[in-house]
Amino acid sequence: MTGGWRIPGRGAEIDRSRRRRFTFGGRVLEGFAGDTLASALMGAGVRVLGRSFKYHRPRGVMTAGSEEPNALVAVLEGTQRTPNVRATVQEVYKGLNAQPQNCWPGPHLDALAINDFLHPFLGAGFYYKTFMWPRRFWERVYEPVIRRAAGLGSLSGRADTGRYEKAYAFCDLLVIGAGPAGLMAALRAGRAGADVILAEEDRAVGGRLLADLPAIGGQDTHGWLAALLAELRALPNVRIMTRTTVTGAHDGGTYGAIERVGLHLADPGDLPRECFWRIVARRTILAAGALERPIAHPANDRPGVMLASAMPAYVNRWGVAPARRVVIFGNNDSALDTARGLTAAGIEVAAYVDPRDGISVTEEFPVYRAAQVVGTRGRLGLREVAVRHAGGISVVQADGLGLSGGWNPTLHLSCHMNGRPEWNETIAAFVPRPGMVPGLEAAGAAAGRFSTSDCLADGARAAAVALADLGIKVADIDLPLAEDRPYGIAPFWAVDAGGRAWLDFANDVTTKDVGQAAREGFASVEHMKRYTTQGMAPDQGKNSNVAALAVLADATGQGIAATGTTTFRPPYVPVSIAALGAGGQGAGFAPQRLTVSDATSRAMGAPMIEAGLWYRPSYFPRAEETTWRQACDREVTMVRGAVGVCDVSTLGKIDVQGPDAGQFLDLLYTNTMSSLKPGRVRYGLMLREDGHVMEDGTCARLDAARFLITTTTAAAAQVMRHMDFVQQAFCAQQRFRFASVTEHWAQFAIAGPRARDLLNGVLDEPVTGESLPFMGCQPVRVGAIAGRLFRISFSGEAGYEIAVPARHGAALFARLVRAAEALGGGAYGLEALNVLRIEKGFVTHAEIHGRVTAFDIGMQRMISPAKDCIGKAASQRPGLMEETREQLVGLRPVDPQDEIAAGAHLYAADAPASAAFGQGYVTSACYSPTLQGWLGLGFLTNGRARHGEVLRVHDGLRGRKVMARVCDPVFHDPEGRAMRG
Amino acid sequence: MAESGTTNPADGLGLPLDHGACRLSALSCGPAWLVAPFPGQEGACGAALAPLGLDFPAPGQVLAEKGARIVWAGRAQALLFDADPPGALTRHAAVTDQADGWARLMLQGADAQTVLARLVPLDLHAGAFPPGRAARTLLGHHPLLLIRDTENAFEIMTYRSMAGSAVHELQEAMRSVAARAALS
Repeated sequence: MTGGWRIPGRGAEIDRSRRRRFTFGGRVLEGFAGDTLASALMGAGVRVLGRSFKYHRPRGVMTAGSEEPNALVAVLEGTQRTPNVRATVQEVYKGLNAQPQNCWPGPHLDALAINDFLHPFLGAGFYYKTFMWPRRFWERVYEPVIRRAAGLGSLSGRADTGRYEKAYAFCDLLVIGAGPAGLMAALRAGRAGADVILAEEDRAVGGRLLADLPAIGGQDTHGWLAALLAELRALPNVRIMTRTTVTGAHDGGTYGAIERVGLHLADPGDLPRECFWRIVARRTILAAGALERPIAHPANDRPGVMLASAMPAYVNRWGVAPARRVVIFGNNDSALDTARGLTAAGIEVAAYVDPRDGISVTEEFPVYRAAQVVGTRGRLGLREVAVRHAGGISVVQADGLGLSGGWNPTLHLSCHMNGRPEWNETIAAFVPRPGMVPGLEAAGAAAGRFSTSDCLADGARAAAVALADLGIKVADIDLPLAEDRPYGIAPFWAVDAGGRAWLDFANDVTTKDVGQAAREGFASVEHMKRYTTQGMAPDQGKNSNVAALAVLADATGQGIAATGTTTFRPPYVPVSIAALGAGGQGAGFAPQRLTVSDATSRAMGAPMIEAGLWYRPSYFPRAEETTWRQACDREVTMVRGAVGVCDVSTLGKIDVQGPDAGQFLDLLYTNTMSSLKPGRVRYGLMLREDGHVMEDGTCARLDAARFLITTTTAAAAQVMRHMDFVQQAFCAQQRFRFASVTEHWAQFAIAGPRARDLLNGVLDEPVTGESLPFMGCQPVRVGAIAGRLFRISFSGEAGYEIAVPARHGAALFARLVRAAEALGGGAYGLEALNVLRIEKGFVTHAEIHGRVTAFDIGMQRMISPAKDCIGKAASQRPGLMEETREQLVGLRPVDPQDEIAAGAHLYAADAPASAAFGQGYVTSACYSPTLQGWLGLGFLTNGRARHGEVLRVHDGLRGRKVMARVCDPVFHDPEGRAMRG
Repeated sequence: MAESGTTNPADGLGLPLDHGACRLSALSCGPAWLVAPFPGQEGACGAALAPLGLDFPAPGQVLAEKGARIVWAGRAQALLFDADPPGALTRHAAVTDQADGWARLMLQGADAQTVLARLVPLDLHAGAFPPGRAARTLLGHHPLLLIRDTENAFEIMTYRSMAGSAVHELQEAMRSVAARAALS
């Protein structure tokens, strides 16, 4: 190692011939293809990557994996800013633009570092105790200030325009983690022919093998891995998914996983950034390995202090030295191995410090046994380590300190269905119990088996068990020879030497905070977590949970097993909401349903309005019209005076067939449909089971055994679901079936005094008032096309609805509109349709909004006394037919030009506008060009008996007060002469 | 080709579309009849379908004979394609013309299954969903009748009105899969 931080001859994963220029905090730096941002920054000598959350202390890289609590950065791409990206996970690409977080103006000089000097006041519970008074300060002063200072990272504030993906996968065996256990499991199951998914979080497979480089089966690690990978890749039934973290274990063997697809590329093109997978596995092996845990000692958070196991990872995977002179502080045999490995790699180990007494001291480096690290120095990077031992305190010059408090099996997924792990004294760690997640078994280090040899064997064993369970035969497998050293550990969690000793680096929680929580009564592990915020940062306590609860157990005097863990919940690593919502951006939010007349309507300039998933024309503006009202008024007048055409294909159409169809419809509708004659149509009402109105519509009898019912656009799916329920629950043996034909038929309303003239210009055989009376229906022909004609009206004019198979709809609509225009009419949209029906007092779901009864809308007589129907009994409950109920009324302003708005409430002229004085509300309102004034429909207490009264219509939202007279809800042509004539 | 004055639901959607090893195209809409046997009448319906060489299909089943085809389409229903229903059928089943109710698309190519794995929540491994199988499921948010014709060819049927957004979803999935394929 000369000058730079790169180590010649090491770094199997970087390609030194492919340099990658990137920027960090505006500085242009260089790494190699294969580097993570953390290894590249280390290679460039950058030690401070950001500031800590609360005290704004300088922080460097702590780990070499996704559990990283410190090295969180923002990645900028164009206008997009992704916060809290772990530098240990983000791969370097040409032009990568990363920025440190939580510091201003920069990581080396940060204004809020003042917090560190205030630390005696900022311990656990500080907010709760400090910001209590004066009370009014909370909203105005404290909260805004805290909000500005709080939070990790910041968002761009712009919509995320990146591409994301969601996908499904299915397999016999899901293997989570491609370390020695996972690889052997996948190999054995793959050879047996099972469908295997091997999911690996890292970009490379191998797990700890890549960092520790043990010899396996007489080969070096990379040779063994290459041969094994070649075999796995050649198996068509094995799918290796790298850069894929399994994030959650859910019901029925379903697992969530997040794949980093294009995040490592300078130009991802059409590649999604991430893909959120739902993997359904018949069996699962959790071979996610183990995470090393740090030791809490005073000032253990300086840049240069990291997990001991991260050091060989940086040396062997990326050929970069985490430090030139290191101290290793560990309480277990793996820490000693790390020190030996670093020495072999040419890193000077200045001291090995171990609290255990009985360890060997004959090493190539100084060993301090029965010793502890009691302090460090170096503001922007470690310079000195103070070691307390039998002979006193020695100060060791070092720029790196590797901590190893033992290993925690990565058991998080096994706890996702509320199982609790058990404490294993031998390894001083929690291990999964069998059966915590059905179909999942932990293997290797995730199950607390730590030697390479044990991991290989356990992976192979677990595969055999899983496949035997599935009835798939497995062959024996030769287990390669590998190291099988015992793992000795003496539990050691925190150094008692005064000063602040960090447990949770991401949230700045120290041993003092945990002790304070216990003293203040927050002694349950769940309370301690919430009081101190330990484990609540992006790393979700992966680095701190076990040590924190051990410190808590010590403070309370309970054992660790009795203290227990907090609950591990999905996701295991942060998952972007954008990936979970992939495909749902903008118009992808819901399917768009377009009518056959859509293109024609848009070509006519009609603005479209959403009705459920459908898009319908609002109005059809003409050249001289500048407001929607002008177009709407003209369209209404056109229908009342000549003829209008409106696409009503969006109304639900349900075909009911069979000898028992009438019987079924009698149960469904409040009125009797079985008595309807073929060729006739009847208006009908459906109730929910609770007796309230669900839906209104028409029912046509096409022939003896065939009915066609129409539903409102909005409630079509609800009615279909209701019919399915009624059929399956009450009529399962009756001889009828029904099917939606909404999509098959294009249907157009033709309304107005000249409707018949228009129609007869289109039909092969003309109709007359007598041949097709009001509420009649018949088959018709339009040229070669067989259609259906209904004489029904939602406008109150002489009206027809003509239906043809949808493929002919576009042409027929265009033809009808042309013909209407020739007769002085034209197309009309939803606005005019609404005005026409309000003028007639016809209800829609604005009125039948789910809380009204047939009594309320004046249709009590439609509930036939002669038969039962769904909802009938419930509709007769006390209180549902009282005079005191709010009943449907019409409203006309005293000054006809005063605007009434839907949503306004009704009060006596001089009553205050508050709920206690409310007498009702307005559901629909419009300006009626026919009656030259504003109209409203609404509900009023005992309204039917109060026609003629004058009330105040109070629109609190817009501050409008209008005096209006209560009247019958049918404003126009109450006798219905126009539509019957 | 559509007859004059008629439209196919996929008109104007820019089909066929090619991305990577996948092509999405529109199918023409021939006759399609929904056959829904009255309770317990599946056997009688099968007998009534015998003149066409067909039977009433079991769940997930596709039966084809001399150009006519009947496809299971949900609980107690099947779709009869490219044939007129025999008259006897209406004694045992509700028979409904749905020829114009569906948008019919074809996705074919080596990556067809991979593309559908982005949108369809079913196991589409050839072992679990072989050629000649049908399923009523979802395509993203869209209702879907999926029929596997061959290893690499799927018929995709969704509601006519939703053709545009269904094609959009498929196109996005095709783009992503093509980009992944180009990566390796």
